[in-house]
Amino acid sequence: MTKAKDSTPNTMSGAKMIVKALKDQGVEVVFGYPGGAVLPIYDEIFQQNDIRHVLVRHEQGAIHMAEGYARSTGKPGVALVTSGPGATNAVTGLTDALLDSIPIVVLSGQVPTFMIGTDGFQEADTVGITRPCTKMNWLVKDTERLAETIHTAFHVATSGRPGPVLIDIPKDVQFATSEYVTKEKVKPSHYQPKVKGDIDQITRLVEMLETAERPIFYTGGGVINSGPAASQLLRELVEATGFPITSTLMGLGAYPASGKSWLGMLGMHGLYEANLAMHGCDLMINIGARFDDRITGRLSDFSPHSVKAHIDIDPSSINKVVRVEVPIIGDVGHVLEDLLRIWKSRGRKVNKEGLGKWWAQIKEWQAVNCLDYKGSEKTIKPQYALQRLEALTKGMDRYITTEVGQHQMWAAQFLGFEAPNRWMTSGGLGTMGYGLPASIGVQIAHPEALVINVAGEASWLMNMQEMGTAMQFRAPVKQFILNNERLGMVRQWQELLHGERYSHSWSESLPDFVKLAEAFGCKGIKCSDPKDLDDAIMEMIRYDGPVIFDCLVEKHENCFPMIPSGKPHNEMLLGEAETQGVIKAGGAVLV
Amino acid sequence: MSALNIKKGSVSHSAYELRDPYAEVIESHTLAVIVANESGVLARVIGLFSGRGYNIDSLTVAEVDHEGHRSRITIVTRGTPQVIEQIKAQLGRLVPVHAVHDLTVEGPSVQRELALVKVSGKGEARIEALRLCEIFRAKVVDSTLESFVFEMTGTPEKIDAFADLMRPLGLCEIARTGVAALSRGV
Repeated sequence: MTKAKDSTPNTMSGAKMIVKALKDQGVEVVFGYPGGAVLPIYDEIFQQNDIRHVLVRHEQGAIHMAEGYARSTGKPGVALVTSGPGATNAVTGLTDALLDSIPIVVLSGQVPTFMIGTDGFQEADTVGITRPCTKMNWLVKDTERLAETIHTAFHVATSGRPGPVLIDIPKDVQFATSEYVTKEKVKPSHYQPKVKGDIDQITRLVEMLETAERPIFYTGGGVINSGPAASQLLRELVEATGFPITSTLMGLGAYPASGKSWLGMLGMHGLYEANLAMHGCDLMINIGARFDDRITGRLSDFSPHSVKAHIDIDPSSINKVVRVEVPIIGDVGHVLEDLLRIWKSRGRKVNKEGLGKWWAQIKEWQAVNCLDYKGSEKTIKPQYALQRLEALTKGMDRYITTEVGQHQMWAAQFLGFEAPNRWMTSGGLGTMGYGLPASIGVQIAHPEALVINVAGEASWLMNMQEMGTAMQFRAPVKQFILNNERLGMVRQWQELLHGERYSHSWSESLPDFVKLAEAFGCKGIKCSDPKDLDDAIMEMIRYDGPVIFDCLVEKHENCFPMIPSGKPHNEMLLGEAETQGVIKAGGAVLV
Repeated sequence: MSALNIKKGSVSHSAYELRDPYAEVIESHTLAVIVANESGVLARVIGLFSGRGYNIDSLTVAEVDHEGHRSRITIVTRGTPQVIEQIKAQLGRLVPVHAVHDLTVEGPSVQRELALVKVSGKGEARIEALRLCEIFRAKVVDSTLESFVFEMTGTPEKIDAFADLMRPLGLCEIARTGVAALSRGV
């Protein structure tokens, strides 16, 4: 441990240093939960007013809140947890952030350095446990290196492909004093990912844009992560070329849902026209997406006749699963800027004749109206509930989070996003229990906005304790629960793949959500009749405080369209009539 | 074809190489990974291999630049060209990794391994073991009336060949360092 030899104004305890470093990094809010190994930090938090601390009810909630905060603001989210169970509870959130490339900085307490390795109380090998679920992590054994490590952590979390980082800080390091190192004095990290794309490759792509007959833009979360300017450039490029555009779940909002070139989301539960356009295109321009298995379906039949270009900041994404002819390693914003400049300087050419035919074909696919469903006057169809939610909240300053399952897919299909950073969902990891805490994180960042968590009752129960956090910090989040008393997506797969044997996919003994809301001190609304739905939704929106909305929906509705596992894009199922016996045993082994 | 002007020794990627990365043949590659000498870095590198199901045939690590806090990890791995490219890209994006060199494609390289081989025996077998030791330019570093410990350096294949010959002569134990490798020339 370093002892302060000559005390200067910059000499301070490790705990004070942490708070100062966070402040210097522009942190406004920390989501956390105290415990023995972080008490010195909490003591410092108590004695200042610059950084707001939001007390969660479970550390998983803290990480998802930090994620919601990060995704809705573009700034890194920060969480603070104690040693042992505090850190292990953070693991799901860290993994979630890693798979979705969300910049978050997690500080964990650790037993004092002299106790490490002794199986001390609340000791866990936190850096060991979190190594595979962080972009980088550090155990700080010396107060002298603490400030520098925190500054480096913010740099790593936000540079290149963003991701979660963790700093494990033993308690004696928090107590010991040393000299504070400012952000400016930290020597530049060698970690400086390349942001400019290769001009030769970009020029090759421009040449392809000029001649392609059936092009498509396939965009992903990388556009959102690149910042608002990237979304702006994407919009300009799409409008100027007139090419159709589809997006992954992660990329919704980068191009507006109301835009004329928008085909809707693609993938397993994506739109018919989007998937068929991907299958039939001759030029695929992947911008900040990663050919996830939910997108590609059977790889050997994935878009068989196209030349593929891939813009990604992470070299390991390129050629990982799908071979591409034009790889461009760089930041989406920088690459699109160069792409547009070169395309314009060469005369803004596109293959008008080819494009005309392509759009005529796409219009035919769109006419299939793949999101059509059988309405009902007696029960609320989940799709109807989301259509009404969309109609009644459109144009508002609205943010949507979701849990994971059928409701998530319906939300992606039926809600329209006009801007980036407005849609927060667990894409890669598929974390049930994400939406409620994420909605609180979003609301803390945007106190005046309407923040709705579209949920299923099963997912929602996984982190429902966070309603306490919403109440305590006056976060008026709206929990819009599509309650089918089933684990809907599991049930759907069991119906289609496992001979209708519904093994443990129903929820019995559900709580009375209205009474639960009352128990938390917030508002509960229950609605089961389609005729009452609009009024009930308006009541939810108008209520000044958190609401738990129990929307009782059709119990056996399946989510369509659907590309069954192991099938290519052009073999998608549009509705119930097509589902009988189409999924072979081979598809059942996939997830 | 160096669209990115990838210099010898920089982190390379399949997209810019001439070999067909989609061939289905299994290749053995020797990678030199220059990393920051900090705690946990080796675990991160090894965790990448186990977590993503890649092979490690040999692994050596030691600090090579004390002042600059750099260590050199030499990994011999196997896989299809596509897997090898993925391994390099995955290694290259780890935060504490400074550089990844694929010595197998970057030009000729020297590969050496050190082995200590204990052989016990008497009479003719013992004399034969000593004779073979000379042929392989191994050194005797320990001797009793009934045993030798030989030290030898060479390629892994040479050490394999030596061990195979020693087996019928009374090989009882072998310790190997794993491969260290450097590119030839400058």
